[in-house]
Amino acid sequence: MASYSTNEFKSGLKVMLDGDPCAIVENEFVKPGKGQAFNRVRLRNLRTGRIWERTFKSGESLEAADVIDVDMQYLYTDGEFWHFMNPETYDQLAADENAVKDAILWLKEEDVCTVTLYNGAPLIVTPPNFVELEIVETDPGLKGDTAGTGGKPAKLATGATVRIPLFVQQGEVIRVDTRTGEYVARANG
Amino acid sequence: MPHNSWRPTASAQALKARALLYSDIRNFFAQRQVLEVDTPFLAHYGVSDIHIQCIHVPGYGFLQSSPEYHMKRMLAHGVESIYQIARVFRDGEQGQRHNPEFTLLEWYRLGMALPELIQECVDLLKPILQLEQVAHYSFRRVFQQHTGLDPMRASVAELEARAQGTTQLPANLTRGELVDWLMATVVEPALPHDQITVIDRFPGWAAALAQHTQDDDGETVALRFEIYAKGMELANGYQELTDAQEQAARFAQDQQTRKNNGLPPREADHWLLAALEHGLPFCSGVAMGLDRLLMCQLGAKHINEVISFPFDRA
Repeated sequence: MASYSTNEFKSGLKVMLDGDPCAIVENEFVKPGKGQAFNRVRLRNLRTGRIWERTFKSGESLEAADVIDVDMQYLYTDGEFWHFMNPETYDQLAADENAVKDAILWLKEEDVCTVTLYNGAPLIVTPPNFVELEIVETDPGLKGDTAGTGGKPAKLATGATVRIPLFVQQGEVIRVDTRTGEYVARANG
Repeated sequence: MPHNSWRPTASAQALKARALLYSDIRNFFAQRQVLEVDTPFLAHYGVSDIHIQCIHVPGYGFLQSSPEYHMKRMLAHGVESIYQIARVFRDGEQGQRHNPEFTLLEWYRLGMALPELIQECVDLLKPILQLEQVAHYSFRRVFQQHTGLDPMRASVAELEARAQGTTQLPANLTRGELVDWLMATVVEPALPHDQITVIDRFPGWAAALAQHTQDDDGETVALRFEIYAKGMELANGYQELTDAQEQAARFAQDQQTRKNNGLPPREADHWLLAALEHGLPFCSGVAMGLDRLLMCQLGAKHINEVISFPFDRA
């Protein structure tokens, strides 16, 4: 298996640390005048989602993690597994609850998600940055409020709750940023 | 490829500031009758210093990590005090304050002891940085003040415990490595930004090419100083080692440490040793990072803001 030296560290690089696949979030090169150089690294453990901070002597290396990102279409859930399909090869994969836990409120059938595979098995599912979802439940807004300054909670088709402007109504489809969980706009059409 | 990556990362203002800085430096040395010289960037030998990795050029040798050896050979040959604005190269050094290729101002003053050279650095820096206040500490004192530990006498376990409080460090670090870590992450960031800070009398193990002496407690310290301002290390100077045998012994020691640490071997530069045997006059020398000096001048957060084309797009 390939390995990466601290020289090659950069954000997004997937490496093995303490037996877990991790993604480098931040790599800071620390060197006192003429002394030993270090790399202070923040990594996200891809299995647990936890952030680790570790320091390495410059020149040390870490084994590469056999992790790849693939775009896959979400098909359906049978309650135990969430099924995804590669739109080019039609290969299907099933992700368990642990892999979809951060994505679950944003998964809409036919949306293309990023599935991170570790040794070929789904490790994490990341929803698209923006999803369009129908409002299934919200209070009727006050008449005359068009500026949308106040806001009210709305329940979406996937079960997520977001704050929306008062003028947006039940049954409408809205665009949501999945990274922040915030309303962006009414969806066109 | 991002569509903007053909552009320089330095603003027009930063490019002008660099030109102006070079011209100020040349005026400063012209007034003091220090001669500008030019030495090779590509040469047969690289440095053996275990903390500096030269970039190997197959079939030729190494891109130089410092103009030091060639400038010392000039001094031994019998030129007067000299300076150079040099491009230097260091493998693996890239980050907020590092680029593998960078610019050093290096100068040597014949017959000058360290305190005089420190004063000369301060004279050069004050108008450039527009700072008036200068603070001067010994390495031991400033280290103790900010970490609570004596770098020479604290136990390795105490240093380790102090360092582990800052991050999860690799195991089995040496005293020198632990002191380096604490210096870079605890002491340096705590130095006041709005003054020029001089730190001298470095621990003996960190002498590199500086002469040794004893401090008041009888500890071996190096006649070496560093200058910091605005939270950045800017300059590193020595009262230069002129003893060829001591130099050869330090090269041999580097060789052994390189071997123990699994680093590539670096043959000692025979020409430098021959020059020292011929006789290097008593002198002090200093290297100043000009990219960082520009960062200080312009309040830049990243070295890329002052370099036209950092390696990522060079």
